Amino acid sequence: MKVLEKNIQTACFHCGDNINGKALLFNQKSFCCVGCQGVYNLLSQHNLCDYYSLESSPGLSQKNPVSKVKFSYLEEEEIQKQLIQYRNEHTSRITFYMPTMHCSSCIWLLESLYKIEPGIIHSRVDFLKKQVSISFNHGILSLRQLVELLSSLGYEPSLSMHDLSKKKEQHTNRRLLYQMGVAGFAFGNIMLISFPEYFGLDSFSRQSFSRLFGYLNLVLAIPVFLYASQDYFISAYKSIKRGIINIDFPLALGILVMFFRSSYEVISQTGIGFFDTLAGLVFFLLLGKWVQQRTIDTLSFERDYTSYFPVAVSVLRGELEQTVPVTQLKIGDRILIRNNEIIPADAILLKGTAQIDFSFVTGENNPVSKVFGEVIYAGGRQVGGSLELEVSKSVSQSYLTQLWNSDHFSKQTESKIQSFQTIVSKYFTITLLILALGSALFWLWFDPSKSMAAFTSVLIIACPCALALSSPFALGNAMRMLGRAKFYLKSPGVIEKMAKINHLVFDKTGTLTQTSIAQINFEGAILSKNESQKIAALCQHSVHPLSKQILHFLGSSNSSRLLVDDFAEVPGKGLMGKIQGVLIFIGSASFVGVNLPSKTTGLNTHVFVKIGENILGKFIFANTYRANLSEVLNGLSVRHKLSLLSGDNDSERLRLAALFPLDAQMLFEMSPADKMMYIHQLKENGERVCMIGDGLNDAGALKVADIGISVSEDTAHFSPSSDVIMDARSFEKLSRIFQYAKNTLSVIYASFAISLLYNLVGLSFAVQGKLSPIIAAVLMPISSISVILFTTLATYLLARKNKLFNNLI
Amino acid sequence: MTILFMLIGISLLLALGFLLAFVWSVKSGQMEDDYTPSVRILFEDKPHIKPDKSQSE
Repeated sequence: MKVLEKNIQTACFHCGDNINGKALLFNQKSFCCVGCQGVYNLLSQHNLCDYYSLESSPGLSQKNPVSKVKFSYLEEEEIQKQLIQYRNEHTSRITFYMPTMHCSSCIWLLESLYKIEPGIIHSRVDFLKKQVSISFNHGILSLRQLVELLSSLGYEPSLSMHDLSKKKEQHTNRRLLYQMGVAGFAFGNIMLISFPEYFGLDSFSRQSFSRLFGYLNLVLAIPVFLYASQDYFISAYKSIKRGIINIDFPLALGILVMFFRSSYEVISQTGIGFFDTLAGLVFFLLLGKWVQQRTIDTLSFERDYTSYFPVAVSVLRGELEQTVPVTQLKIGDRILIRNNEIIPADAILLKGTAQIDFSFVTGENNPVSKVFGEVIYAGGRQVGGSLELEVSKSVSQSYLTQLWNSDHFSKQTESKIQSFQTIVSKYFTITLLILALGSALFWLWFDPSKSMAAFTSVLIIACPCALALSSPFALGNAMRMLGRAKFYLKSPGVIEKMAKINHLVFDKTGTLTQTSIAQINFEGAILSKNESQKIAALCQHSVHPLSKQILHFLGSSNSSRLLVDDFAEVPGKGLMGKIQGVLIFIGSASFVGVNLPSKTTGLNTHVFVKIGENILGKFIFANTYRANLSEVLNGLSVRHKLSLLSGDNDSERLRLAALFPLDAQMLFEMSPADKMMYIHQLKENGERVCMIGDGLNDAGALKVADIGISVSEDTAHFSPSSDVIMDARSFEKLSRIFQYAKNTLSVIYASFAISLLYNLVGLSFAVQGKLSPIIAAVLMPISSISVILFTTLATYLLARKNKLFNNLI
Repeated sequence: MTILFMLIGISLLLALGFLLAFVWSVKSGQMEDDYTPSVRILFEDKPHIKPDKSQSE
């Protein structure tokens, strides 16, 4: 960790990164690299320096410039057609997903693009969805130029195979908003019109007004009944057809009875009915639905491999290089993969030195080297030079996509965990029906005139509005609290399942270990300044991540301009080169020529250094476990069983055994299918399982488990489809988060008790046949609002108690 | 008291107007993004000065 804190110096004016080595000075501002300075230059030329005054150092580092060839596929007519949403003679409109967007300066710059490039007509940002929609004149500016301009500013749009399967833009649920509008409108007006009746009209005006008011109410209530509440009838009907009673059944029954009894009262002029209660009920119910449906737009929980795979790939046809959409790739095609490109289909290596980074698949960061003739599975990313490959399986038939398309994925493995509401509503409804019939029969015996009134009154007053609201508000609010703790749920219902989980299964690499920072140490002779510089010089020539980490470890003071002769990089082995006439080797033991004792030490990666004939020592890259891992596991083991599934060998078993409780199962060398089967078996044994993983190799297990939590270092980037996406930095909160889920469930229980209390009060009037509209009109909003307030406050306070976040609202 | 009939009619019309305004706002997409406009309104519009001739590309 010392390494990271070594270089606190000036920060780059553009991107805010610490400047290692010499800063570039321009306009009295310091920059970390030419790229950042270039962006500043471009913006200042166009008078766009406001970018820097809205937020300090808002820019994105330009140290790894995007290669120009990368977007050549955008010239292809066919690909353009699939990406562009709308095109006429002059203008085209396209919407990009831009994960790098992060602050108000970004919004400002992206909406000021027309000042830089006259070809851009208009651009508009949707920050929560991280989208920018751009209209441009395709006569002046081509799509490729547009994307290159954006990339040069640091806003590289994410273009993937996923974008080709043109899906309709997802609108927020507008129907629900309309329904809420109608219900709210009716609620307010009916309330207003009903007020005189509550306070008693004098006998003089009674006749004419109460008739008018009654009919007005009826007219206003019709759209509420027919339009705003129709979803409840549909849902109730569907559930009855399947032989289940859900919460919507008593609601629909209540609405139905309320509407017809009120209409009858108005038309027969025996009363004014319960229209105000009806409209209020529907309005509050829709409000609860809306709260529940508000999900986290910024993250996509349904991402599959298509959102990761490139749009197009270079195919060699004879001597010609052609760009072909990935979907049209055929077996036998010879494809060209450049540095940092992803291999879209299983292919055989023909030419080039392959260093494949499978972090997307396995979570393991260090590249794997492949030699001529080996099959490289789709999903790997080439690091280093260009490769020539022959496609051996089409994209949809490749190993990974096969896994993705396997039965376990398509089959919705329904979780057996039922929500509290489902369980309660069944008993609630049965009790309610018995009570209503009972009071009807009772009055039929004693006073038949009151029988109908009592029956309908019970159904009206017991309409479980507050009960229907308690879950949506408690869970919806808890979901927002968890979102602030960087723990993003796919839907509020996940919280209830979390509270009932009793077995947690962890993946190792990337989940328990940190992929981004490996801890580096040098063991051996103390390196002199000159030696450090030589090592740095050699490593500068390599793009291998280990070389980069060594460079970082050595620090800027050792960056050197020493000339390297005869440089060679042997894939999977190491680097060699001549500096000042001395041969230097950096690499694995066999490459450098060190005789190792047969027993290798764990997962640590060793890189040896030999200058001339002296072996100076080795760099050790230790796999670091996340901070506070043992505390988190201890906290979780109180209430849950723990398991560990790892794709690696068991060399780390001892270290892990110290962290996990004694009864924890630890399984090594598990394939993705094994992991999936393991979870499946646990579920068969009646356990409620939560899988916590990261890479695509966990995707199966994440899906099969009752809850899948995918841990991500950067939530904007790829994570396999799951119920929860968790920022890796929140990992230490995991045990408190599970505690919070349990607390939230208690809040639901408590609010259910509150709503029952109101129901009992109302019922005591109803069974006597004495329910007046005013009692219903007062009881319904009070019970609803008190439940909303209680759940919202309680979930907030509990979130603070569990220390999910530090800052106050 | 007959004035009340008129007043009720007017109040209903007014409320209907608000409902229609709400429907329009949903239709025109104002409910889609409830964050960006709050930031956008704070940006200052500066007079657009013509850029130098020495544009990059």
